[in-house]
Amino acid sequence: MTLSTMLDQLSTGMIRSIGIFVLTLVFSMPLGMLITFGRMSKYRVIRNIARLYISVLRGTPLMLQLLVVYFAPFYLWGANISGYRFFAVIIGFSLNYAAYFAEIYRGGIEAVPRGQYEAAQVLGYTRAQTFLRIVLPQVTKNILPAVTNEVITLVKDTSLAFALAYQEVFSIAKQISAAQTSFMPFVIAGIFYYVFNLLVAFIMEKFEAKMNYYR
Amino acid sequence: MKILEINNCRKQFGDLEVLKGISLSVDQGQVVSIIGPSGSGKSTLLRCATLLETMDGGDLIYIGQYASKDDGNGKAVYASDQELKKLRVNFGLVFQNFNLFPHYSVLKNIMEAPVLVQKRDKDEVKAEAMELLKKMGLEDKADAYPYQLSGGQQQRVSIARALAMKPKILFFDEPTSALDPELTGEILKVIKLLAAEHMTMVIVTHEMAFARDVSDHIIFMDGGVIVEQGKPEEVIGNPKEERTKAFLSRF
Repeated sequence: MTLSTMLDQLSTGMIRSIGIFVLTLVFSMPLGMLITFGRMSKYRVIRNIARLYISVLRGTPLMLQLLVVYFAPFYLWGANISGYRFFAVIIGFSLNYAAYFAEIYRGGIEAVPRGQYEAAQVLGYTRAQTFLRIVLPQVTKNILPAVTNEVITLVKDTSLAFALAYQEVFSIAKQISAAQTSFMPFVIAGIFYYVFNLLVAFIMEKFEAKMNYYR
Repeated sequence: MKILEINNCRKQFGDLEVLKGISLSVDQGQVVSIIGPSGSGKSTLLRCATLLETMDGGDLIYIGQYASKDDGNGKAVYASDQELKKLRVNFGLVFQNFNLFPHYSVLKNIMEAPVLVQKRDKDEVKAEAMELLKKMGLEDKADAYPYQLSGGQQQRVSIARALAMKPKILFFDEPTSALDPELTGEILKVIKLLAAEHMTMVIVTHEMAFARDVSDHIIFMDGGVIVEQGKPEEVIGNPKEERTKAFLSRF
């Protein structure tokens, strides 16, 4: 196999990895916010459900969760799971990362001083206005470093999709390596991950710098 | 005209009785100072008056309208959220630690609530906000962010923010306590200016000389009750109660 064929195949895989990455962020970030609201709800039942969710999703391996999401419909209901692979990957990753984002959000929300809520209340802001205009912008700034960490971890975690035999860059590297008895595919895959993460870190840094207009 | 009336306000935190039946009334244009040791309930009283805390019992009345009405058995019954929302326009509050919104410029801190909450015309509010900043001696700070200002400047912005809502009564919760001594003067000057314009104010403060100069009425609180009240020259100049004397002797 020529290097260019290898690069070609690995690039196709990398695009799929980036697909997992983007879709996971799109779904897990809002879902995480929902779980945060549950976690901070005034109702104990809701709080405890959210707490249990976070505890289980953070306390068990992501790879195991992916397997459960993928195979559960078959074992539970005998459903036909062919064609479900990609969805299972996205669902599994989103559910897992939502748990982590939820805790990051909660930390960010709790770091906003009580006085901010009180000032808004006295000025007549509604609860929604207070959250959207006063709290959320400050939360965004508070949590950026932690989110950057999480997002970079996600780039690397996408390789776990190989557990469901989804043809992302790591799975493809493994297959080429086995077939060609070559270590080269792994080196290239590693470079791909690294370069993509450089880009992610660069964007997040820009974002943080943008939020630095106030302290 | 009575702007604020509080009758028999009671408030408990767990087993701790913080306010044991406080009554006061504030007339239009009157400046009332509340003094007393830490833990006497002054700040809690202010927080009850500004609806940041709910009283357990008592009446809270703004310009004849009940925010809370005692049900006769000593339980405070509050008006609906909708009515409370309307009553909120009557008062403003200046906090001890300013509580400016750090992500907004000075101008936006002042302008947002009148535009967003009171739905007033943006250009008109902006003109008023600039006028207020000028009055506070901060017209060149309109585009600055709170972290770029000194404590005294931040507190003046927060006073401007409260005034922009055109409140009928303005509460101050120890407005100089978070400031370095050399910065308290500029805040006290602003409050004196407002008093000269007959702004109705209730001020919780530890600045005795200031309270004596600016107030029409002084209330001394201790242990959740009003121990003594009256004209400044009486309460501060010639206190009758032992507890008042003991407290004032420290200044």
